[in-house]
Amino acid sequence: MHPIFTSIAIAGPETVLTLGSLAALMLGTFSAKGKALTVTSLFAVAILALAGFTLLDAPAGMTRAFDGLYVADDFSAFLKVIILAASAASVLLALPWLHESGAGRFEYPVLMLLATLGMTIMVSANDLLTLYVGLELAALPSYVLAAFHRQDDRSAEAGLKYFVLGALASGILLYGVTLIYGFSGSTQLDVIAGVVSGQTERSVGLLFGIVFILAGLAFKVSAVPFHMWTPDVYEGAPTPVAAFFSAAPKAAALGLLARVMIVAFPGNIAADWQQILIFIAIASMVLGAVAAVAQTNIKRLLAYSSIANIGFALVGLTPGTPAGISALLFYVTVYVAMTLGSFLVVLQLRRPDGSPVESMADFAGLSKTQPKLAAALAIFMFSLAGIPPLLGFWPKFAVFQAAIASGLIALALIGFVASVIAAFYYLRLIKIMYFDEPAVSLATEGSAVNGTMIAACALFCSPIGMLAISPLVAATARAAAALFPA
Amino acid sequence: MILSFMILLPVVAALVVATLPGADAERAGRARVVALATTLVEFALGIWLWTQFDQTTAAFQFTENLPLFAPFLNWSLGIDGIALMLIELSVFLMPLCILASWVAVKKRVPEYMAAFLLMESLMIGTFAARDMFLFYLFFEGGLIPMFLIIGIWGGARRIYASYKFFLYTLLGSVLMLVAMLWMVNFAGSADIGVLSRTDFPKEAQFWLFLAFFASFAVKMPMWPVHTWLPDAHVEAPTAGSVILAGVLLKLGGYGFIRFSLPMFPDASAQLIWLVFGLSMVAVVYTSLVALVQQDMKKLIAYSSVAHMAFVTSGLFALNTQGIEGAMVMMLSHGLVSGALFLCVGVIYDRLHTREIGRYGGLADTMPKYALVLLFFTMASVGLPATSGFVAEFLVLLGMYQTSTWATFVLTTGIILGAAYMLWLYARVAYGKAAGDDTRAMPDLSPREIAILVPIILATLWMGIYPKSFQAPMKPAIAEVVARLEGRELATVPTDMTLSPALPAIAAPAHAAESHH
Repeated sequence: MHPIFTSIAIAGPETVLTLGSLAALMLGTFSAKGKALTVTSLFAVAILALAGFTLLDAPAGMTRAFDGLYVADDFSAFLKVIILAASAASVLLALPWLHESGAGRFEYPVLMLLATLGMTIMVSANDLLTLYVGLELAALPSYVLAAFHRQDDRSAEAGLKYFVLGALASGILLYGVTLIYGFSGSTQLDVIAGVVSGQTERSVGLLFGIVFILAGLAFKVSAVPFHMWTPDVYEGAPTPVAAFFSAAPKAAALGLLARVMIVAFPGNIAADWQQILIFIAIASMVLGAVAAVAQTNIKRLLAYSSIANIGFALVGLTPGTPAGISALLFYVTVYVAMTLGSFLVVLQLRRPDGSPVESMADFAGLSKTQPKLAAALAIFMFSLAGIPPLLGFWPKFAVFQAAIASGLIALALIGFVASVIAAFYYLRLIKIMYFDEPAVSLATEGSAVNGTMIAACALFCSPIGMLAISPLVAATARAAAALFPA
Repeated sequence: MILSFMILLPVVAALVVATLPGADAERAGRARVVALATTLVEFALGIWLWTQFDQTTAAFQFTENLPLFAPFLNWSLGIDGIALMLIELSVFLMPLCILASWVAVKKRVPEYMAAFLLMESLMIGTFAARDMFLFYLFFEGGLIPMFLIIGIWGGARRIYASYKFFLYTLLGSVLMLVAMLWMVNFAGSADIGVLSRTDFPKEAQFWLFLAFFASFAVKMPMWPVHTWLPDAHVEAPTAGSVILAGVLLKLGGYGFIRFSLPMFPDASAQLIWLVFGLSMVAVVYTSLVALVQQDMKKLIAYSSVAHMAFVTSGLFALNTQGIEGAMVMMLSHGLVSGALFLCVGVIYDRLHTREIGRYGGLADTMPKYALVLLFFTMASVGLPATSGFVAEFLVLLGMYQTSTWATFVLTTGIILGAAYMLWLYARVAYGKAAGDDTRAMPDLSPREIAILVPIILATLWMGIYPKSFQAPMKPAIAEVVARLEGRELATVPTDMTLSPALPAIAAPAHAAESHH
């Protein structure tokens, strides 16, 4: 068989997603007008599921494809499962909103599919150019999605803002790629690693390259100081789009960041990027916690919450150890469930006049008017705050355990203190829901699908979810080991 | 399996209570019954546990170990005498709390009962955990139900109080968590038994001790991080106060004896003056503050801080009497201050104020109540034949061997304690009623008598025959003391001219020399 076919077979999920998104576009175009959105969405979910199934019979160990531009290993497989699941959930959760808002066009699920394709390429990229292709393929549909509600000024503004800043970040990243290519002679991650570890003197050019790449990727994961777009885009973009942004792309970008740093820059040079990452992690944790205290808009609050959470996740990357990467993956998994759950609850609620809920004051007395949703949101908030015995505590535990095992005690201390500050604003939402009297009586949107997803996320984040620790951590440990050649 | 069952039963009951069907009134009624039945079953199980407990060994008993949550933590349970007695205290107070809230709590009864049942499970779990991270899980988990109890069913400033309670205790605990992670990384095991036998480097012990101290001092609470306690107490519903004073405050003391003393013996010996200093300030300062309180609950809250200072001093006397005294003090304080909060609750339910000035003359209008209140006032002061006396006596005995100086200051605390408690009693029970509504208050109802009489009996039992309570704890305490033996103590200024005792012992030899 021609090597290209072998490569295509190895890149199973990407192949399915590519063909699937094209087919979805056709399906949407030729469906009856009223049904196009529903049909395409369900088709997109089926495609995502199918892409997931192709991961099942992937060979164990690392397989390279496309002349080493692409790798399929346990690490990429684990993240792809998370990404595909989060994307499928994001497609489904948007349906009620799309139908109601009048912005419901069938391109929505197609754009989601294309973005997901980009993300799967990101986590499998073994070359700085594949990385860039994946990143842009994920980003371009995201800009469109942010502006999807085109009659709404805020949505258009969010899309434009995201695009301008995203393009800038891509430019910075590309510049970093050229520097690294110039000083190492390759764009392939393992070849760079070979060159870097062969160097006896530290190369300033390479260091600059790393800084630029880190800056570009920090933008994608919305880590401080490249986080500025996050609150505005979350607030302006349609809520289901914000939910999507907060979950799958974060998992993909964190995975990408981990692979680039661990695979391409091991050994001596690791100490240099670790310092940068420690700063980014601390700044994200602290700023995410402090800035959220003053927010009154729930979407902005969740945006700052995601900044803080990225900071915590990055703590797992800083030691550069298998235990740390395993903790990072565990963090991402739980975080995706927590954030999707929170957004789902927000999506599920309606003000009496039918408009969506945005202000935190609207949640007053929710425990009386909607006890089940309030309980679910309380679970997500306590979980995001990292209070045991809720599942959200354990990812924090894992990343700090990894940090302390590598002697980063000060980082752990600062992180825990930031988590106490963050607890304050998560508690505020609980206080509003449970301690205050109802101001407006919120109704539920009543989507059974979303209700089921909320219940599933809440169950996962509740203490019962602790039973998932053992299998999950076993999987993340296996995935993390793939980045460290024995 | 008995411990797992005791931990899980209230959780299941809480889920049942929270999801009961029916109209509001029906749900409330059923929730009360289910909660009471569950707590009574727990109490019965607790008694059974006591009868089955082997009092001759310090080893953990009723052990279970399941690697359910590997690699982070194991479901590893087991109790020694210290944990046993604190579990007994919890299961004893729980049904009384449910009864005390029987009519006083009117809104959201099922949720209230569910929160209390969760509390019970978390408390038992904290005492029964043998894996350090499992301990942390239960220890911190208690924050959530208590936050909700204060915030939903509390008084006027409940929101401020619930935040203060939550964030204060959380901040203390995360420092402890960092220390725990370091220790497990060092020792390679999270088993409390193994860690208690691990000799950590002296340098590290110092920092580890301080990190644990940050958490336990807040929970205890010790001066100057006690300020969350009066606020939380005042705003919590009566039963919330009982659990707070009765059991949650014991978590700090339990932490000291389970972690700080055996795991960091050198640091404990070196830092006794930190503990003694804070305890001495606490005893005198909070007693004085208690004297000027207008709010009954606040007064008892401050007295709790003073009593807890006795516990910390007793523990850090680092000898058998001191530690035993501290343990008895914890049990005694759990009963007595719990009962005092219940007593306040009784009149609060009638008049809806806790202001001391609004009462008076209750000895005439509510004679039974006045008698009960007198009993607990005396127990709090430490009258012989009540549990308070045994506790204070043992603590002072132990302290005296370590530092006569600190003993002297603590003893003044007892006098001040008598002053504020007796003055409180005088203002509430004697004199004239402050108004017609005060005069019209009915005496104790049978339900209230049923709540208070068991505590009276337990207090008397502990006061007259404390051996029943001390015996199970002796081997475990002996083990702790053995860990502490031979550690280098910080220089303790025992040879003070103010102390009358030392010259008495040292005098003959000393005097003989100086006469020449």
